[in-house]
Amino acid sequence: MRVPILKQGEYLIASIQSALTDQELSQLKDDLLDHAGRTRARGVVVDVTVLDVMDSFAARTLRSLAHMLDLLGAATVVVGIQPEVAFAMVQLGLTLEGVSTALDLEEGLAFLQAKAA
Amino acid sequence: MSSKPKPLPQPPPESTAALLRELVAHLRENRIQLREEWVRRITESKLLTAMTREEIFAEATSVYDNYVEVLETGSVEALQTYARNLSERIIPRGVETHEVVGIVLLLRDVLARSLFRKYQGDFELLNRVLDAYEPAANRIANTVAVSFVEERERTIRLQQEAIRELSTPVLQVRERMLILPIIGVLDSQRARQLTEQLLRGIRANRAKVVVIDITGVPSVDSTAANHLVQTVEASRLMGARVIVTGLSSEVAQTLVTIGVELGKINAVGDLQSGMEEAERLLGYRVILEESAA
Repeated sequence: MRVPILKQGEYLIASIQSALTDQELSQLKDDLLDHAGRTRARGVVVDVTVLDVMDSFAARTLRSLAHMLDLLGAATVVVGIQPEVAFAMVQLGLTLEGVSTALDLEEGLAFLQAKAA
Repeated sequence: MSSKPKPLPQPPPESTAALLRELVAHLRENRIQLREEWVRRITESKLLTAMTREEIFAEATSVYDNYVEVLETGSVEALQTYARNLSERIIPRGVETHEVVGIVLLLRDVLARSLFRKYQGDFELLNRVLDAYEPAANRIANTVAVSFVEERERTIRLQQEAIRELSTPVLQVRERMLILPIIGVLDSQRARQLTEQLLRGIRANRAKVVVIDITGVPSVDSTAANHLVQTVEASRLMGARVIVTGLSSEVAQTLVTIGVELGKINAVGDLQSGMEEAERLLGYRVILEESAA
């Protein structure tokens, strides 16, 4: 299933609805880069609230996605990492360095707005 | 014990049991003297300094009687129970393991000496008596030492549980700002529990800034420091910034010396500055009203 990408003003919101395979993740990355380029988005929110596990592939994909979007002029913020997921991630050494994070969608959008201001 | 040793002409005892019976009779007979001798040697060796002479005497009497009983019956259960009770009484007073082992070994020696004196005319018999006595005596020493150590470990376990249960509160002091005062040793298990609590607190209170105060952490080694780094990073993944406060100068020195990577940690001197920094990050301004002062 493709992850729906919603446009909200100058921002794009990718709301992950279920656990993703590696292929779907790569697809999401391609879609987001494509959308961001076409819509000239200022920021992207990736909502991972429903994920109850984040493996090294997912972490790496999100990191490279953030860096690529940065090159396209869009800030990226990953939102909704759950406590258990966060704890497991640091234990595995997956700290999403250089990627902004926020508590939830609302916080993520506020963060992007504050950054634009 | 007779002051002038005289080898008693005795029929050679048939078995170990018979020898032990004889032994027990001898120890009962000379109870008062042997016990005094023992207490004298305990005091001389400067053992059980935490206890008064009367207490030592009272305990020595009980231990002596238990000791003889074990030699008689061969069952250590009563002694075990007694040793456990004794440990329970004396551990809080700071009696050390070496003292407990020391006094039991002293008793063994005192009794062995008295046997030497009693049987010195008959070397063969002495040998057999010692053959019967030594295993039993060693078993007793073993039982008392093990009971003491077990009791100590039980105490330590209980204390550890108590410390663990002293839950670390995650407190909200301003809208979207949490404080986590850590008191006590930061071991792996506790760090894990603490991090989980904090992360749940971040979600529940929608916190943006967390102040972790480690004034109450006595020492920070590389393990504890790494736990701290993990807590900070996990909080960041949930979108909260962490300010660590209360690093003492010793702790700071240790951390730099052992080379922990604390670059990702935002550290501030004391809790007050930490809270002020957090307020600044959240956009609060605290104003002191002139009239209130």
